[in-house]
Amino acid sequence: MKRELKISAIKNGTVIDHITPGKAFEVARILGLEDFSAPVSIAVNVSSGKSGTKDIIKIENRELSKNEVDRISLVAPNATVNIVKNYEVIDKKKVEIPSEIVGILPCSNANCVTHFEPVKTKFLLESITPLRIRCFYCERVLTEDDIKREIARED
Amino acid sequence: MSIDWCLQIQYVDYWLTSQTMMDAVTHHSAGCSTETLKLLCGKNIFPVMQDVISIKDFERTDIENVLENASIMEGFAKGTDILRGRILATLFFEPSTRTRLSFESAMNRLGGSVIGFSESGSSSVAKGETLQDTVRMAERYADIIVMRHPRDGAARLAAEAAHVPIINGGDGVNQHPTQTLLDLYTIKRTLKTIDGLRIGLMGDLKYGRTVHSLSYALSWYDVTLQFLSPVGLEMPLHIKEDLTEKGIPFQQVTELEDLKVDVLYVTRIQKERFPDVEEYEKVKGSYQITAESLDFLGDAKILHPLPRVDEIDPEIDSTPNALYFEQAGYGIPVRMALLASLLGWKL
Ligand SMILES: [Zn+2]
Repeated sequence: MKRELKISAIKNGTVIDHITPGKAFEVARILGLEDFSAPVSIAVNVSSGKSGTKDIIKIENRELSKNEVDRISLVAPNATVNIVKNYEVIDKKKVEIPSEIVGILPCSNANCVTHFEPVKTKFLLESITPLRIRCFYCERVLTEDDIKREIARED
Repeated sequence: MSIDWCLQIQYVDYWLTSQTMMDAVTHHSAGCSTETLKLLCGKNIFPVMQDVISIKDFERTDIENVLENASIMEGFAKGTDILRGRILATLFFEPSTRTRLSFESAMNRLGGSVIGFSESGSSSVAKGETLQDTVRMAERYADIIVMRHPRDGAARLAAEAAHVPIINGGDGVNQHPTQTLLDLYTIKRTLKTIDGLRIGLMGDLKYGRTVHSLSYALSWYDVTLQFLSPVGLEMPLHIKEDLTEKGIPFQQVTELEDLKVDVLYVTRIQKERFPDVEEYEKVKGSYQITAESLDFLGDAKILHPLPRVDEIDPEIDSTPNALYFEQAGYGIPVRMALLASLLGWKL
């Protein structure tokens, strides 16, 4: 475990750890890592004492915005975001699904007013497991699958 | 959103200086219960929320307050001037004659006046004005806004933009809370209670906005529900889950004969919901209330949000079962109650 981290240790940047197994590529898509120029390592199905397996993403020379962290929380609710400076983890935070999810994904209801008026989308968190969020405006409930689809669509 | 409480009048002073008003109320309140008269003689009309957007915002006490206020308003059936000088703007981005007329009637009976437009073609909306801007314009002209809009969630968005109270007169397929409140008022007014009733919902239960909102509101009460709908138009799972969570017993039945209810709420089944006309014609007959149906329905009261097409035979109209025209009429005191309480009216 330790050795593995050492191998791909980064000098400055962000390590997203404890990503739900299989979700690393969704997280990568959220962060637009396909088009990112600095080195990115993605490890999938790494064994992890706590939760069986996990995915990890390491990104050189990049910090994440609040918006990005919130979007990650919707696909990988157990992830942690580690900020690395000079090979040291200087900050470590567990992502948290915000109780109000503002402006980070479109509503899956095609007739929702948010598609027609200049307003940021807003969802209220109804349940974490299973994941359910409700559009503040049209009251449509989005499930985990809906969220996955909408986050992908926005990119 | 701040409610303008400028109509707030200290009850005692008002009562002393305005005995005539009280006399008028008493006179028109011949049909009111003693309880209601007691309310009239010393209490505020119950405040409701700042806006009326979604039935999901209403808990049981909120609903009960509206129903109680509506019964007070029946005392003003011949008109009053408690909202004199207040203006209601009706912003109807899509037409709904019934809803608009009943709000206009309610405001007129309260002594207020009404401005507004119907359909977007004639207004600046057609020129690309945002909903928020339209609302911000209207609130300079009026004290309260009723709006109907084709998009789901439009009323909530308007309420965010506005400083005056917004009443949702229907937003797309999402909500039409005043319909639900008048449905509940009709039941309570007629059967004196909602608790303990067996209520049947019949017709298109999948797409019917009114039956979804009504089930949600009824879940605050101690009721049992029965559903009767064509295959493919059953009550959606999320509504059933809500009911289960709230401990409301419900049952899907397949025949009209199976219904054992005190109230039957009938809704229209739209042709467009079926893959072909034949299929629709086949199904239609099983979901029509005719004189023969009354053999199974006994004394059950029949409600319908109207307009009906052919799901209730006109021969039912003259039976004691028919409640749908009264139901439409009860929309007036309910909407009067909402207008008055949102405008902070106090007796
Ligand atoms: Zn929406």
